[in-house]
Amino acid sequence: MKKQLTIAITGLNNTDNPGPGIPVIRSLREAKGFDLRIIGLAYENLEPGIYMEDMVDKTYQIPYPSGGADVLLERIQYITDKEHIDVLIPNFDAELYTFMKAEKRLLEMGIHTFLPTIEQFEERHKAVLPKYGEKYGINVPKSTNLTSVSDIRKLKKEYEFPVLVKGKFYDAHIAYNDEQVTSYFNKISAKWGLPIIIQEFIKGTEVNVVALGDGEGNTIGAVGMRKQFITDKGKAWGGITIKDDKMMDITYKLIEQTKWRGGMELEMIRTNDGKYYMIEINPRIPAWVYLAVGAGQNIPEALLRLAMGEKVAPMTSYTLGTMFVRYSFDMIGDISQFEKLSMTGELENIHKKTKQ
Amino acid sequence: MMKIKKNIAVSESGFVFDAGTGETYSLNPVGVEIVKLMNEGKNQEEISNYFLSNYEVSQGIFESAYFDFVSILNQYNLIER
Repeated sequence: MKKQLTIAITGLNNTDNPGPGIPVIRSLREAKGFDLRIIGLAYENLEPGIYMEDMVDKTYQIPYPSGGADVLLERIQYITDKEHIDVLIPNFDAELYTFMKAEKRLLEMGIHTFLPTIEQFEERHKAVLPKYGEKYGINVPKSTNLTSVSDIRKLKKEYEFPVLVKGKFYDAHIAYNDEQVTSYFNKISAKWGLPIIIQEFIKGTEVNVVALGDGEGNTIGAVGMRKQFITDKGKAWGGITIKDDKMMDITYKLIEQTKWRGGMELEMIRTNDGKYYMIEINPRIPAWVYLAVGAGQNIPEALLRLAMGEKVAPMTSYTLGTMFVRYSFDMIGDISQFEKLSMTGELENIHKKTKQ
Repeated sequence: MMKIKKNIAVSESGFVFDAGTGETYSLNPVGVEIVKLMNEGKNQEEISNYFLSNYEVSQGIFESAYFDFVSILNQYNLIER
C-alpha cells in the first residue's frame, strides 16, 4: 500500500526565473511508494504553478515572511488544521530563515521539515563567503560588502574591473566601471536591501551541483550540471549533466565537513587552469533539480524520506549527458479561478477536479 | 602516444561529448578515424602510414593537417596529459 502524505511546497513561480516548487513537485509525483496530496503555498496570485495540471492539488495564499514570522505561522496553522500537512518544503532563500527558526513550532503542529541549521545557513551567506572559504579550505573569489554608495569609489584600489555586483539573496550583475556599480547598487538594494556584495570576477566556466546532505556528513545525492543556455537573468534555460571528479570531491568534502542538512546548490567557476572557485552556496534545492531526477537521482524524494525520519541510502551514480531544455507555455484559465484565490486565499486545482 | 581523455565520448557519427565540461563538438569522418586510431593506441607514425596507404594524400599534406587537428584537440583539452 502506498504511503499517504500531505506535502506543502512554496516556490510555484514557474517563470523565466523559476522557483524550485514545480520541479520539486514533479519529482515527488514520480516517487514510488507514495500517494501524495500536494498543497501549494503561494505568495502571489499569478504564480503559474497554482494553475498547472497535475502539480498542486490545492493552493493557499501565504503572507510574505517580511510581514513577520507570527503571521506566517498563524496562516500555516490554519492550513494544517484543514490539510494535516506532514512535510513542508520551502524553496525560497528569503523565507528559509523564518522556517528554520520555526522548526520546533512546525513540528508541534505535526509538520516535518529537513532544513539546514541556522549556523549552516548563516555561515554560507554571500556576504561572509570568504570566511567560509578559509574555514573549509575552498577557493572563493575576493569580495567586499558595501553598505553605502560612497564606498564604491574605494573599489578601484582593491579590484580590477569587471566585478560582480550581487544582492544578499538574489540578483547578480557584471559591472565594468564605477557608474555601473552605482546603478546596480541602487537597483539591487532597492529590491533586496543591504549589504550589496562586490565580488571579484573569475574568468572560467560556471558549473553547478545539486546535492543533499543528511545532516550527519553523508552526501545522499549529488549531480553536476553545466548550463548550456542562459537567460538574460543568468538562469539556466538548458543544461547537461557532467561529472568532474574535482567538483564532486569539493561537494562531498563540504557536506562532510559542514554536516550539511537538506538540499543545496553549489555554484562554482572552473578556470582554464583547472581551479575551482565557489561563487555561491544556495541553501535549498535549485529549480533545475528535475534534471537530477532524469539522470537517476530523485533528490526531492530522498529529502522527503529524510524529513519523515527514514534512513536513505546514498545515490552514488547518475547518467552523464542527460539534458534539459525549458519552454514557456500559455495556459488558459478562467477569471473565476483567479477570483476565488484573490477573495478566499484558497484554490482547489480545477484540473484535478475534472479528472475525478 | 596520444589518447583522447577517458570521460570523452565519441560516437560513430562524429559527435563528441566531454562529460567533464558538458561541451560538445563534431568531427568529420577523417577526424573520427584519427580519434579511433589514437584510442587504439596507435602512434603518429602508425596513423600516418594508415592514411598514406588508404587515401590519396602526400605525407607532407597529411602531417600538416594531422598536427593542426591535434593542436585543436589540445586547445579544447580533449587529450590525456
